[in-house]
Amino acid sequence: MSISIKHLSHIYDYGTPNETVAIENINLEIEHGEFIGLIGHTGSGKSTLIQQLNGLLKPSKGTILVNGLNITEGLSNLDKTKKRSKSEQRKLAKERKRKLLEVRKKVGLVFQYPEYQLFEETIEKDIAFGPTNLGLGESEVKARVKEAMMLVGIDYDAYKDRSPFELSGGQKRRVAIAGVLAMRPEVLILDEPTAGLDPRGRDEILAQIKALHDKNKMTVIIVSHSMEDMAKIANRLIVMNKGKVVFDDSPHKVFKEIETLEKIGLAVPQISYLARALNEAGFHLSDEIITIEEAVEALKKQLPAIHPKAQNSKGGKASC
Amino acid sequence: MIKTENLYFRYQDEKDEEKYALKDVNLHVKDGEFVVIIGHNGSGKSTLSKLLNGIFLPTSGKIYIDKMDTSDEELIWEIRKTAGMVFQNPDNQLVATIVEEDVAFGPENMGLQPAEIRKRVDEALEIVSMTPYKRKPPHHLSGGQKQRVAIAGILAMKPKCIIFDEPTAMLDPAGRKEVIKTIEYLNKEEKMTVIHITHYMDEAVNADRIIVMDDGQIVLQGTPREVFSKVEHLKRIGLDVPQITQLAYELNQIGYHISTESLTVQELVEELCQLV
Repeated sequence: MSISIKHLSHIYDYGTPNETVAIENINLEIEHGEFIGLIGHTGSGKSTLIQQLNGLLKPSKGTILVNGLNITEGLSNLDKTKKRSKSEQRKLAKERKRKLLEVRKKVGLVFQYPEYQLFEETIEKDIAFGPTNLGLGESEVKARVKEAMMLVGIDYDAYKDRSPFELSGGQKRRVAIAGVLAMRPEVLILDEPTAGLDPRGRDEILAQIKALHDKNKMTVIIVSHSMEDMAKIANRLIVMNKGKVVFDDSPHKVFKEIETLEKIGLAVPQISYLARALNEAGFHLSDEIITIEEAVEALKKQLPAIHPKAQNSKGGKASC
Repeated sequence: MIKTENLYFRYQDEKDEEKYALKDVNLHVKDGEFVVIIGHNGSGKSTLSKLLNGIFLPTSGKIYIDKMDTSDEELIWEIRKTAGMVFQNPDNQLVATIVEEDVAFGPENMGLQPAEIRKRVDEALEIVSMTPYKRKPPHHLSGGQKQRVAIAGILAMKPKCIIFDEPTAMLDPAGRKEVIKTIEYLNKEEKMTVIHITHYMDEAVNADRIIVMDDGQIVLQGTPREVFSKVEHLKRIGLDVPQITQLAYELNQIGYHISTESLTVQELVEELCQLV
């Protein structure tokens, strides 16, 4: 499933004194099976962009093609070039409704703090809410709930009848994500899925999202404030600032731009700061180190080859 | 400043079973100390913070805030003035339509004179560097700015101690940096006692003391260097160490003779230079 975004702009409160340009002329091609990290400071336009992708917001200008299907046709309120008759408008509206249903089945959106949206008495009912609304039969719904719970690592038999409210924070969030997975989306978009979780909860959620991507061939877009997490997990990073895309490249390349990233309220992983400081002190490390594993490998090559603990003195010439 | 004695807190879970969120917690925070509390979700750290502020009362044991017993109902307002609290979500803490009115909310409720309120609001906004925004509506501010306004609202009540319950969980990197800088300023320059609860291990690096909670108990405490060098113990209870400490630990594991106590980029650079 591919997504093609062309000249996309969104203006809130268009035509009023509060008019705010949230995103401006965004052009992106997202291929099937990509794992994308979307970063940018609060208010940079990330959330506006992802809400466009499953049709929650209509663009002020531009088009979005999901698998070739134009989900924004005739909607943009800034390019009213054609005059349409009432019946044409009705036809268009009907067509759009059909398309949006199609798109929302394919593009699943997990909001920030999704556990606040849990509402049913049991975990099974909560996860079944989406597929039931798709009009699926009882056995199909059940099969999907089972599958979704398995995907997020929550045992169906042990948990299905329990209240979602007696779970831990990390578990609740996984149930909420299962609710979206039960729609069997081909693209999964998550808005800060690890916010507020402890380190273990954070690692578990990220590992599961990674598995969904690797095993189930899902296209994943994660909005995150954690540069460390993005360095570990994303294949491609899209960096937004003031409603525009400022970088769109691999994490290794993007995190080289320390100065620009800091200027726009972001940062790089602590390890990248270390690699830079080591180079200033006389090491010769790649400027594309972003994870602990990479740092260990690179340092192994530069530190004395002799097993250092076998040395009596800390020996060796200090070149820094 | 803060003292808990054999503190227990019991609650009923969804199945009506009685559970202890806190078991025999003995905590002593000195005047002017900067204490960070870490622990996984459900380890009892938020319960503890709510007890310190008198939002919850102990099942057994005692809590003294500046020598005042939190179970004494008559002292509750005095206690909350002494130990202010800042929460995770800035949007839930701001009540007024203009920044300075929001900051004035606390002192107004204390029944202070208008001139005194004015003075306190100005001072508080100055401390968190939000004076230029005093006439702006809070919803026009960034997350970090909103959180600084929330802090100013607490400062205007002139507390001796502030308890921060995951104040940066919802912020972007720049917002986190602003808030952490403000917290450190309050401790170092304004000499306030600070208790900071967080999931970000790198925010604990500059604390005087880290307290690690697990299953309702204090399982580990000490300086950041002492605590973060216990990498295996922390991982076992679902926590983490800063990336720098993790790297030092991994290099040490594969045989390099370096200290695992490095906390900052600079320290690790110096350690590694020794090896060359």
